[in-house]
Amino acid sequence: MAAGVAAWLPFARAAAIGWMPVANCPMPLAPADKNKRQDELIVLNVSGRRFQTWRTTLERYPDTLLGSTEKEFFFNEDTKEYFFDRDPEVFRCVLNFYRTGKLHYPRYECISAYDDELAFYGILPEIIGDCCYEEYKDRKRENAERLMDDNDSENNQESMPSLSFRQTMWRAFENPHTSTLALVFYYVTGFFIAVSVITNVVETVPCGTVPGSKELPCGERYSVAFFCLDTACVMIFTVEYLLRLFAAPSRYRFIRSVMSIIDVVAIMPYYIGLVMTDNEDVSGAFVTLRVFRVFRIFKFSRHSQGLRILGYTLKSCASELGFLLFSLTMAIIIFATVMFYAEKGSSASKFTSIPASFWYTIVTMTTLGYGDMVPKTIAGKIFGSICSLSGVLVIALPVPVIVSNFSRIYHQNQRADKRRAQKKARLARIRVAKTGSSNAYLHSKRNGLLNEALELAGTPEEEHMGKTTSLIESQHHHLLHCLEKTTGLSYLVDDPLLSVRTSTIKNHEFIDEQMFEQNCMESSMQNYPSTRSPSLSSHPGLTTTCCSRRSKKTTHLPSSNLPATRLRSMQELSTIHIQGSEQPSLTTSRSSLNLKADDGLRPNCKTSQITTAIISIPTPPALTPEGESRPPPASPGPNTNIPSIASNVVKVSAL
Amino acid sequence: MTMVCHRPEGLEQLEAQTNFTKRELQVLYRGFKNGPHTPPCVSLSFPQECPSGVVNEETFKQIYAQFFPHGDASTYAHYLFNAFDTTQTGSVKFEDFVTALSILLRGTVHEKLRWTFNLYDINKDGYINKEEMIDIVKAIYDMMGKYTYPVLREDTPRQHVDVFFQKMDKNKDGIVTLDEFLESCQEDDNIMRSLQLFQNVM
Repeated sequence: MAAGVAAWLPFARAAAIGWMPVANCPMPLAPADKNKRQDELIVLNVSGRRFQTWRTTLERYPDTLLGSTEKEFFFNEDTKEYFFDRDPEVFRCVLNFYRTGKLHYPRYECISAYDDELAFYGILPEIIGDCCYEEYKDRKRENAERLMDDNDSENNQESMPSLSFRQTMWRAFENPHTSTLALVFYYVTGFFIAVSVITNVVETVPCGTVPGSKELPCGERYSVAFFCLDTACVMIFTVEYLLRLFAAPSRYRFIRSVMSIIDVVAIMPYYIGLVMTDNEDVSGAFVTLRVFRVFRIFKFSRHSQGLRILGYTLKSCASELGFLLFSLTMAIIIFATVMFYAEKGSSASKFTSIPASFWYTIVTMTTLGYGDMVPKTIAGKIFGSICSLSGVLVIALPVPVIVSNFSRIYHQNQRADKRRAQKKARLARIRVAKTGSSNAYLHSKRNGLLNEALELAGTPEEEHMGKTTSLIESQHHHLLHCLEKTTGLSYLVDDPLLSVRTSTIKNHEFIDEQMFEQNCMESSMQNYPSTRSPSLSSHPGLTTTCCSRRSKKTTHLPSSNLPATRLRSMQELSTIHIQGSEQPSLTTSRSSLNLKADDGLRPNCKTSQITTAIISIPTPPALTPEGESRPPPASPGPNTNIPSIASNVVKVSAL
Repeated sequence: MTMVCHRPEGLEQLEAQTNFTKRELQVLYRGFKNGPHTPPCVSLSFPQECPSGVVNEETFKQIYAQFFPHGDASTYAHYLFNAFDTTQTGSVKFEDFVTALSILLRGTVHEKLRWTFNLYDINKDGYINKEEMIDIVKAIYDMMGKYTYPVLREDTPRQHVDVFFQKMDKNKDGIVTLDEFLESCQEDDNIMRSLQLFQNVM
């Protein structure tokens, strides 16, 4: 029973009293209405727009969000209303559905937005009323096609690493833009098709007279040259066809496809001509076969999308074309008969039979009017004029349908191409945004840690340290940080100037050979080449890997005297801390490359040792030539900003 | 179908005339005016009638068809409509509707029985004869539909009517008058009890 008639149930129940005297047996008890509430107004606040309706209106459809108890999840106790953070425009339609029982689809609404809203409110789109259903379905279909298009092009552009040679070849044939070789092949075949077609045409042009004989067409005068050209073209086409046949994923389907049939028809005459002898009897047939060479021009459809669209349009308008043909045939027969009988009387009439009149009718209906056959009697002229008038009408009717079909398909293709072109730029921008956000994490990691360190160390805070991150951002970063801690890995950044692969400090040893290398380098390092000096804020690069694990990407350091190891940084740290640096300012400090690397060397494991950083920074004993907490005799001299930066570093690495 | 726009009498008047409170009348009118909501998958062959302020027979039939989807409720709805349409105009105004409902839901036993008698008396001549009763009973059985257990036999309505007449027709003259009807019903406990069944519908 439809919930919509619930309002009439009391009436139906009351009318049931009419059965009572007729009934022979006692009636069952009526269900008690325990929850007898008075009908109340409920307020639905959708993004600020308040809608009000009776509770019973919503309860008409109990299997939707608003009709069931699910809406209690959205009930706001303070304001005693139901708050939905959704689109108020679509909600209007949804609420009207409850009121009238018909769901409408507004034309201005985006189809996917509308679908989302319907899914949220638990309403099936199938119940859209008849008035709007067609529009909805059309839009949905278009959307689905577009999605499929996108997916297809995505699939095409994905690099599929493990393609067999055959598959690569097939892809090259289908999309010439995938590789240079394919492009070359594409243009070469195109060229040869053109050459072949032009040859066919030029063959028949009269080429000037050879003295002593009549004028010959070029084909006969230079027959050898033309034969060679023809052979070359057919060679190319044959090779192409065989290659395609080899590469096709489904050979049977390929053989049956239209393009392959055209290919075969284009090259067959040549081979047949080779096989057949120059016999008088069959040369007539041979000449006919040469006509098929003109089908080579259809091979251009592989090269031209417009041609393909035209062909597809004609195929899809088959019914209109059929109707056109049928009506034309009817009209031709009628008028031809009429004209024949009308002109029968006149002498020397060209309308010798009805089929002979067909020619006149066709020429007249298509408004060609060659004039080789004209009616002479008055009746003939009258009917002739009627014929030409009706011809215009009959032809003009189906043509707009075909044209609009073509236009629709053509525009669809244009849109698809445009989307594909824009897609690359879009994806690039999306990627930049994504890396931006991950860089933001690393950047704020350092900033955040520095901030914390500074707080703990009791130094005054300077806000130019970094941008204030929103709560969500900081929570997100905290989450990433927790992941780092859990796995013992750290996020790698793709900065060629920064990336140093080092190992982090964890509670186990390092078996990293690069670490070892760096250790070797470390002992010889004395100064900090300021080979790079971008401000720290622009390079949130921290590259540490966990223990003996390596990340896939390795980047090379431009500078050979690359730094430091952890150890060095620790030395630095210790030093700096002791020295009690001033307030470092990340944004203004210029860091040397190795210091930057030092940043990257900071250990992954956060210890709450910042206040005692100097002492308790763990170091792998094997790698520490010097004492752990002994301040190394590195002088901060060579690099005056080291202290400031290093203090940053200190704080950072202590965490 | 004349789209006569009809507005009901004032709320106070109706409240005075019937046994409903103002709130109940409001609820009833809202349902009345909106008309039945057909289920979304059924294409509407009848237009929504009620916004014009009156209900016609088609609407009754529609409503009943939705409540009794298995059978054919149109005949019974037709008789019901005639019972509601006291002035025989072909359409039921809100006042008639509410008046009848008031009797059925809040009226006295006497009133209810009289209303039922009026329902059974198809030609409104003041007597119920066997043919009228058979028509009514057939209509009621039609609402059940074909797929019942036990299967409905041809003569079941007739037998049912015979039983009814045996009970109701005191003087065995083949027709039941109002008094006979009232008397017989008041003697039957089952009937009395079942009349109170729908007290709390509203």
